[in-house]
Amino acid sequence: MLKFSHIDSIEKLHQGYLSKDFTVREIIDDYLAHIAAVNPEMNAYLEIFDDIDDLVNRAEQMIASGDIHPLTGVPVAIKDNMLYKGKISSASSRMLEHHRATYNADVVDNLLTQGAIIIGRTNMDEFAMGSSTETSAFGITKNPRDMTRVPGGSSGGAAAALAMDGALISLGSDTGGSIRQPASFCGLVGLKPTYGSLSRSGLMAMASSLDIIGPLTKNVDDAERSFYALARHDENDSTSIPQSMRDAVTSRIPKKIGVPRSFLAQDGISEDVRLDFEKSLKLLEQAGYELVDIDMPLLEHALAIYYILMPAEVSSNLARFDGVRYGLRVEQDTLIDTYKESRTQGFGPEVQRRILLGTYVLSHGYYDAFYNKAMYLRGALEQAFKTLFADIDAFVTPTTPTGAFRFGEKRDNPLEMYMSDIFTVPANIAGVPALSVPSGQDSNGMPLGLHITAGYLQESVLFAIGKDFERMRDAQA
Amino acid sequence: MSTNLIPVIGIEVHAELKTNTKMFSRAKNDPDESRPNVNIDPVSMAHPGTLPVINKKAVEHMVRIGLAVNGTVANFTEFDRKNYFYPDIPKGYQISQYKHPIVKGGSLAGVLLTRVHLEEDTGTSKHEDGGSLIDFNRAGVPLMELVTEPVIHSPQQAAQFGRELQLLLQYLDASDAQMEKGELRIEINLSLMETDMSLDEVKALYHSDRDRYMSLLGTKTEVKNINSFKAAEKAAHYEIERMSALIRAGRGDEIVQETRGWDDARGITISQRSKENAADYRYFPDPDLPKLYLHELFDLESMKQALPELPASKRDRYRAAYGISEEAIEIFVNHHELAHVFEQVAEALSSADMYHTASNYVTSDLMGILKEDKGARIPDIASFVELMKMIEAKELNSRGAKDILRILAIQGGSPQDLAQSLGLIQNNDPEALRGLVTQIITDNPSVVQKFKDGDHNVLKFFVGQVMKETKGSANPELTESLFKELLNA
Repeated sequence: MLKFSHIDSIEKLHQGYLSKDFTVREIIDDYLAHIAAVNPEMNAYLEIFDDIDDLVNRAEQMIASGDIHPLTGVPVAIKDNMLYKGKISSASSRMLEHHRATYNADVVDNLLTQGAIIIGRTNMDEFAMGSSTETSAFGITKNPRDMTRVPGGSSGGAAAALAMDGALISLGSDTGGSIRQPASFCGLVGLKPTYGSLSRSGLMAMASSLDIIGPLTKNVDDAERSFYALARHDENDSTSIPQSMRDAVTSRIPKKIGVPRSFLAQDGISEDVRLDFEKSLKLLEQAGYELVDIDMPLLEHALAIYYILMPAEVSSNLARFDGVRYGLRVEQDTLIDTYKESRTQGFGPEVQRRILLGTYVLSHGYYDAFYNKAMYLRGALEQAFKTLFADIDAFVTPTTPTGAFRFGEKRDNPLEMYMSDIFTVPANIAGVPALSVPSGQDSNGMPLGLHITAGYLQESVLFAIGKDFERMRDAQA
Repeated sequence: MSTNLIPVIGIEVHAELKTNTKMFSRAKNDPDESRPNVNIDPVSMAHPGTLPVINKKAVEHMVRIGLAVNGTVANFTEFDRKNYFYPDIPKGYQISQYKHPIVKGGSLAGVLLTRVHLEEDTGTSKHEDGGSLIDFNRAGVPLMELVTEPVIHSPQQAAQFGRELQLLLQYLDASDAQMEKGELRIEINLSLMETDMSLDEVKALYHSDRDRYMSLLGTKTEVKNINSFKAAEKAAHYEIERMSALIRAGRGDEIVQETRGWDDARGITISQRSKENAADYRYFPDPDLPKLYLHELFDLESMKQALPELPASKRDRYRAAYGISEEAIEIFVNHHELAHVFEQVAEALSSADMYHTASNYVTSDLMGILKEDKGARIPDIASFVELMKMIEAKELNSRGAKDILRILAIQGGSPQDLAQSLGLIQNNDPEALRGLVTQIITDNPSVVQKFKDGDHNVLKFFVGQVMKETKGSANPELTESLFKELLNA
């Protein structure tokens, strides 16, 4: 156990630093010792970086000179798909097992500038494709709450690292639920910010129009602090939201929360989840929110839209891994065979499946039936969300249809695995922010989450509702 | 069999645009870099996590090109990914434009254009024994692709179109467009139309019923690897001959839709690959890039106003203002600096004769001197004008004027002073020359006899002698008439 386990928020950490209760070095040494003890079993981290000392020295200097930023001295874990110059970043794939980053991701730059302590890189589903971290080429990661169960995915390592007290915040990436689902499975807060609010520069692309980096934290306040510390315009990312648009956002005090009843009525949602969700609704009501039923048939199409657009972009984004310039090359007699062997040996089955799916939906003759139709529906969903958020401040669902499942339970049934994304995918399709907050447990004692979705750039709405919910939940307990 | 085989040619041109950096990255765009893999960065090497950022200058070049050819500059435009694998294309896709090119329509040199779009260039591969080497310096350089309608009907016209486009790109400073550097690349799509219609009827059909025109086209081949305009002409000519021979021999079905490469040394085209196994590029809009609304990004009206004078209007202006020869006009259209000299000199002159004279001095003499002597420079305009005025006043003969021009170009000076010091001021005084002429007649009795025998060519010898004695300052016409007068006396 951590010696400093009571320092479980950024606020407490900074207070301690400022009042000299402890030093950055003491905190980080505590974390490193604990990681050394638990990580071999958990496999949350793939690597603990070897230059943490330098970061610690720097953070201590910054604190001593009063140059304190929101993440100064905060132990942070980064997902293995974020580039940190000179260090291996492999996206948990054989393809990039020895690949060293040639530049810093914008978020990494930002963390370093603020004096954050980047502890190491965390395991993930290969190229972020999966919902259990079982597709990693470098072994499974266990759920610290129950070692027989998955931590979720694709940011499973990020969630486990945090849940095992291996960091104070973890950065994950979310394309269809990859931050929120593992956060929910591990009893953490997970934020998928508005598309374009954090830079994608230096994040290995899975599906460019859906990907976003966001924090996993132990409480909503840390998520809020992390979000505002890392969100910024970046000219290296053309999809990054301009500063003027960020400045123009007017924050509102949320009052009215929608509940998409018909969306919740579908099959595959466990009874535990339904019960926990109803409990959560009551808490929200007690906190003074007005709950209204909303009817949004398009939500039911989100998963289908997702499983067309995402693989289409994946098939193209992963074409650069061809064994020519970097990464795995399995040299053969001909160019075409070198491509085939490098990609066959470099990519695991789930990645190959999605590349094939994407290649298929973009093929001549199928494009209109699949890609175009999905794009059309995506536009319709975006529009419907705009209309919806003119009337209500947020809507809520469970984060996942079940609690964390056992290893191997869904590995051989991709369709069932894909169903875990059903509640999280709509926010990615529409580009709006969503937050998962721990709400309760299922009958196995595994954590469940409440999923809150708000309008474009309305993160403040999520934080307000999330904090109220947290308070009511803790008061109840 | 139909009576006519009418060649139908469409052209596809790629031109590297002139920008400081590449199309989507900060790596340098430098066609002159000879060291391999120097102008690269993580983005142009497609390292994981890298993202493209649009080079606005390249888009601006495209808009100006669109305005210059009177095409329709789209408001909405976007970039698409063209997916295929090849080692010289780092991302496994090329960012190009598919459904929404920046420019549609327009025309140049009487040839209608289909579209002009923006994309990124590939790297270059070098195949050697035991392996291939790739140079990514060129990968990601902004590339314009222009496609014409299939409305060209002769190899000459095809080459002419290419030259005109090259000129246009240079006038716009959008590309240096040097073919030998690969900055401008031409591909020719050619087919033969078997028809009883005349060429004029075929042309008329394109305008009255394009669909029918298109339906009458024969099987086309695409010729690549063309490295000069001359080669474009030769390659088109070769394809016409090759296809005609097959059709005339009743073997027209042997013409297949394919890509052929021009072998300049052998003067033939060679089959490279047939279209049957054409790749499916799986185009889709690039999700990393924003859609562009060009009418909001650019003020098209003021950009149109600000376009420089283009080759076609320059020709018209020269014809109207100076009435000089078409050959001279073409030289001026192709040589900006010379045109600039000529226009400034012409400003100080007033007669059509003198425009003609000045044009000759620039296009033949000065151009020659500049070519021969690397140290030669364009003389200052005032001196050039002074020289022209002296010619107009017959103070110099052409031989003297040319000598002075050479000195002006190599070391500079005042034409008046040079003419004086070299004794080149033309002697227009018959009485002053009469003595010298008489003397030469007296000294050359045998030549005089030849003249008397009817050989009037010897007059040139006599005039030459006077020129020699006067160091070229004698007025040659006057000298000749004095000889005639005295010899015939």
